[in-house]
Amino acid sequence: MVGNNENPFIKYLREDRLPNIFCGGCGNGTVLNTFFKGMESAEIDFNSVAMTSGIGCSSRIPGYAKCDSLHTTHGRAITFATGLKIGNPDLNIVVFTGDGDAAAIGGNHLIHAARKNINLTVICVNNNIYGMTGGQISPTSPEGSFATTAPYGSIEKPFNLAELVTAAGASFVARWTTAHPLQLSKSIKKALLNPGFSFVEVVSQCPTYFGRKNRIRNPVDMVKIFKENSINKRKADKMDEEKLIGKIIVGEFVNKPKKDLIKNICDLSVEQCGRDLAVQSAYQDSFQE
Amino acid sequence: MVKELFVQGNEACAYGAIKAGCKFFGGYPITPSTEVAEKLAELLPKHGGSFIQMEDEIAAIGAIIGASWSGLKTMTSTSGPGFSLMQENIGYAHITETPTVIVNVQRGGPSTGQPTMASQGDMMQIRWGSHGDYEPISLAPSSVQECFDFTVEAFNLSEQYRVPVILATDEIIGHMREKITIPDSVDVIPRTMPKESPDEFSTNNPYLPFKAEENGAPPMAAFGQGYKIPVTGLTHDERGYPDSADFEAHTKLITRLNNKILNNREKIVSVHERFCDDADTIIISYGAPVRSVHRAVVQAREEGLKVGSIKVDTPWPFPEAQILKAAEVAKNLIVVEMNLGQMVYEVERVAGMVGENRPNVHLIPKIGGELHKPEVILSKIKEIS
Repeated sequence: MVGNNENPFIKYLREDRLPNIFCGGCGNGTVLNTFFKGMESAEIDFNSVAMTSGIGCSSRIPGYAKCDSLHTTHGRAITFATGLKIGNPDLNIVVFTGDGDAAAIGGNHLIHAARKNINLTVICVNNNIYGMTGGQISPTSPEGSFATTAPYGSIEKPFNLAELVTAAGASFVARWTTAHPLQLSKSIKKALLNPGFSFVEVVSQCPTYFGRKNRIRNPVDMVKIFKENSINKRKADKMDEEKLIGKIIVGEFVNKPKKDLIKNICDLSVEQCGRDLAVQSAYQDSFQE
Repeated sequence: MVKELFVQGNEACAYGAIKAGCKFFGGYPITPSTEVAEKLAELLPKHGGSFIQMEDEIAAIGAIIGASWSGLKTMTSTSGPGFSLMQENIGYAHITETPTVIVNVQRGGPSTGQPTMASQGDMMQIRWGSHGDYEPISLAPSSVQECFDFTVEAFNLSEQYRVPVILATDEIIGHMREKITIPDSVDVIPRTMPKESPDEFSTNNPYLPFKAEENGAPPMAAFGQGYKIPVTGLTHDERGYPDSADFEAHTKLITRLNNKILNNREKIVSVHERFCDDADTIIISYGAPVRSVHRAVVQAREEGLKVGSIKVDTPWPFPEAQILKAAEVAKNLIVVEMNLGQMVYEVERVAGMVGENRPNVHLIPKIGGELHKPEVILSKIKEIS
């Protein structure tokens, strides 16, 4: 029953919650579209998907998806996701987060989940600014970029998130921009299929705040800038660092599957008591040893 | 088979958790609570459960709330500094109605304070530590056996009312060793499923995960069962959809969350009275100081003084009716607690309800980590008698 202009993924949305709260030109729509595309091509049943998120614009994405979702506290989505996954290892847990949520207030949880290789898929919408609170600098704001809390331009060095999570031990890491929807959905597919900690960074546009403060108000111009300034990692690896200043390195950073923590936890249960982890046991009225 | 063990209070909490059906513990080491985590790291994998040491206390409580939504009974343990870090997510558990249990083995504060010394300095933090209006449930054991019993009870209350329940113990009770009896089985209140299966709902008849019967908690489906539950820390409607700028929606939700505790206060509270019938002076205590109070009361009675005591098992919700009854008959109420005065404010508030004939309320505070000596309590009794 999909009409000509109807999004094929509308079936996955809570239509009674639309319209959404996102600004015109926001990259969140592209991220959600590419997620569903990646999920379908990975042949993952949407009924097995549960989403978690923290606080920020991108953290409002799960609320529109017709699945179980936990919209949690600022920076902590990965910790809730860890519990959900241990509680029911059959669930495919996807964390939607942003640059402030994942890398500032939630930075510690991000690197430890990567270190432990917890089987989660984290999609980080990196728009280089705090959108929900009105345009403050974030840990990924480029040096010299403007924000309400950097009225003279940012004087801080930004995080390189894909490199950070790679160094921390994630088993799948990719970065694309909203100008790369096809590549992005392919990476999301791989991330969902990777049985370990997967991190997909999406460099995304915030025309309302980043654009306004940095004089690129048109979202189409922002996406064009992403496209023109992106260099694939394979090519970038052979280039001088100087020539990469101001460029966005895109592509796959890590794709090295290894045994994840959840599997180890399941194995320990079998080893110690001869049975699989208890699932949905809160509904039982007795617990015999 | 009934088992007898000679263990620490902290270990008794771990045994209680296992008996109540806890299948997941997320924790972070902190003195003087660490033995709870250590024991459960050993026991859980032997019972089809799991243990994870998280990167901090914020992560620990995040993980146990997440696993609770997967359908498990979950717990963490901590002490003052960690309990402070958990406050935001405790509020999240309240507004999302997530059952879980938090053991707070209290130590001297503020800040790092006295890591190895006992305190009851977190009683008001348990009540008010997270922002906003909420009604906590808290249990305070005064023996190692009660660490076991109250942990089981904490799980039952958390499931029944869908709230985080705080076991407010302290370094003395946590590290003290006593003989305990572990019964073959304990009464377990299971989580309630929605009556309808997910496919019975439709656009015209949507699933309302946050619709409750009067004075009760809603049934709680787990993630992965097909109900597709949107859970948010924002003020939400019965569907779970955010409705955060509407004063009526906020008033309705928060009033319901508070009333499900307040309107069931008499079912939740537990106190034990001793010699109160003819008492001029009634001593009120909870947790470790109960032990000194009992000794002092027995001695006072031997000396012919009309003294009774109330042992409060549930500091929160405060046993208002029970303390009011005491305030109506006694001339003096004495609160004995290991802080500079916290629960005494509640006692004063309730005593004030009596009006003109209200009793005098006295406080015997103590900080530094040592238990009150019975003779100190006895001399206070004599001073005011």
